[in-house]
Amino acid sequence: METKTLTQKQEKKETTMRISGAEAVIHCLLAEGVDLVYGYPGGAIMPIYDELYKFQDKLHHVLTRHEQGATHAAQGYARVSGKVGVAMATSGPGATNLVTGIADAQIDSTPMVCITGQVASHLLGSDAFQETDIVGISTPVTKWNHQITSASEIPEVMAKAFYIARSGRPGPVLIDITKNAQFEEFDFSYEKCTGIRSYNSKPEIEKSKVEQAADLINKAKKPFIVWGQGIILGQAEEELKQLIEKAGIPAASTLLGLSALDSDHEFNTGMVGMHGNYGPNVLTNECDVLIALGMRFDDRVTGDLSTYAKQAKVVHFEIDPAEIDKNVKTEVAILGNVKESLQRVLPLIDNNKHEAWHGEFKKRYAIEFDEVIKNDLHPEKEGLTMGEVIDQINKASEHKAVIVTDVGQHQMIACRYAKFNKTKSNITSGGLGTMGFALPAAIGAKMGDPEREVVAVIGDGGYQMTIQELGTIFQTGAAVKIVVLNNDFLGMVRQWQQLFFDRRYASTELVNPDFVKIAEGYHIKAKRVSKREDLQGAVQEMMASEEAYFLEVKVEKEDNVFPMIPTGSSVSDVRLS
Amino acid sequence: MEEKQTYTISIYSENNIGLLNRISGIFLKRHINIESLNVSGSEIENVSRFVIVVNITESWARRIVGQIEKQIEVIKAYYHTDDETIFQETALFKIKSDLLFDQRQIQNIIKESHSEIVTVSRDFFVIAKTGRRYEIEALYDELQPYGIMQFTRSGRISVSKERMDISTMLKEFQLIN
Repeated sequence: METKTLTQKQEKKETTMRISGAEAVIHCLLAEGVDLVYGYPGGAIMPIYDELYKFQDKLHHVLTRHEQGATHAAQGYARVSGKVGVAMATSGPGATNLVTGIADAQIDSTPMVCITGQVASHLLGSDAFQETDIVGISTPVTKWNHQITSASEIPEVMAKAFYIARSGRPGPVLIDITKNAQFEEFDFSYEKCTGIRSYNSKPEIEKSKVEQAADLINKAKKPFIVWGQGIILGQAEEELKQLIEKAGIPAASTLLGLSALDSDHEFNTGMVGMHGNYGPNVLTNECDVLIALGMRFDDRVTGDLSTYAKQAKVVHFEIDPAEIDKNVKTEVAILGNVKESLQRVLPLIDNNKHEAWHGEFKKRYAIEFDEVIKNDLHPEKEGLTMGEVIDQINKASEHKAVIVTDVGQHQMIACRYAKFNKTKSNITSGGLGTMGFALPAAIGAKMGDPEREVVAVIGDGGYQMTIQELGTIFQTGAAVKIVVLNNDFLGMVRQWQQLFFDRRYASTELVNPDFVKIAEGYHIKAKRVSKREDLQGAVQEMMASEEAYFLEVKVEKEDNVFPMIPTGSSVSDVRLS
Repeated sequence: MEEKQTYTISIYSENNIGLLNRISGIFLKRHINIESLNVSGSEIENVSRFVIVVNITESWARRIVGQIEKQIEVIKAYYHTDDETIFQETALFKIKSDLLFDQRQIQNIIKESHSEIVTVSRDFFVIAKTGRRYEIEALYDELQPYGIMQFTRSGRISVSKERMDISTMLKEFQLIN
């Protein structure tokens, strides 16, 4: 490997030991502080699993029921703990089964290292049993990847993998190790990577940009903040709060930024985006300065770019240079770690209130409450709504739970109505929109912070994509609370069919199994609720359980999620019904 | 509406297996056809230089360079218009040997086009021509009536008129080390 890396200088004493490549992998993981890996064994990774067996007192392995589950669990673990998640699989189908989770981690900037076994080097390219070019396959969906064919490469490549995964804008890295490299013995020593010459993980913050940004913010009459996951990844929650409070700026979160600021904070106006709140969406097109903090102007946030915030001067705080001016042209872009950038800007910010402007958000909230929220949270119709289930979870958890959501209507409802009072509490698949994400991600989230209550909110469609991970819950005893909001439909697709395809419900109706019996088959406590009077008690019982618990809630079959910005429409054309 | 034009994208990178795949993927997923691609060593030891020619708008060129620079092994990437670079291509023409002696006009064509004879054997001779694309195409058109047994043209190689300060960047990295 030609890449020039910097390594942590250590006392130069003879610390080498002659070990196999497989054992070296374990030592590398331990040196990087890893104590938990998710995975699934197979022929090409057996030497590493054999070493895992020997090191099980130091390095815990969780056997998921599918390799995809391993990646999502590693993601959930990483998002809650802030550490790098690790997943392992064998070659061929094991490796390809990782791809969905890797792609999900890439688009949602989740630090993850995946290790795959590979056929022996002399068989590479021969279409050997369970051989796939996983490096080629995973190239577009990894931050970096590399194939190791000799044991001596292992320490440097592993050190580099962890450095790349966790630094800068985090992301997934895949390391493919041939079987001969796992068996081969070599003199092992390990030095952590602290820099790569072709990779600037911490761009220098320009003083002039900081001053320009502060000037624009101070002069703004109608400033508006949209923050993203960069705040959480950069640990800038306190700086975000200080900016909002000092300058009196109304703020809204992207889907992945949720929980960085207390849901009930007076300046928190909710969520932007396709199913975000009415006020922040509409007023994006009325603010005079739009301050984007650690977010990437995803198309689900901006709607039609040609009409998005055209009247506003945009100030963008971002660590990834490729995101600057990618979708939205900025007036001032501050490249760098958002925490450090905000720390530089804050002393230059004037105290302000913007009361009238904030009042505009309150007015829009009142409209949204009357037309949408009231019906979602306090319905008068007989059928249960998804919103009232989330409301009951809020009450029972006192806003303290980690809420892990799958993808679909329930996800949008949960992200709209779940209340958070602690950061890293909202775990969802944003950019890729991976159905099947939540159940394994919730397992990882629980292991990432065992003290916290973890509630997975899942639709009946996504639940069945990774339902086998109930086996992992049973085997590990992970006390995950699972709520399936069952409307017997692929609800979001059905909603689109209703609104844009003349109610032609093509292949969206599901004939579902008895979910309670399935959970019970895995020895997980389970209950089904279909009446309003039973909901509160069932949620409380679930939250009080010290073990895993499955709750199925039969909800209204054809409820829709509003507000909604139809694809390609302007954010100010948000529909309330 | 922004107009498309020819841009030369220059990439300085580590010499690692798999990087070409990553870079070509960036063009592939945007449906941008690579008109010409050349990879070689650069003025810096162990640093490779990609020269890629594409026909795109400037805003696309800027965004693509941003995406290319995101790749871990890429040290720096640039984009330039034709006016901002000095560029050349090289072509080889393989022609039947007897024509060289029977058709005096061919000798004139070689002389006037400032091309050179690389080799002459019993059956064929090979002409090399280095220059702008239109010069190579003009030579092709002139030789074509006599019969061209084989023709191949290299990717564009290019140097910028402006300074590309890679060496300073690399020195700074070494200083940190």
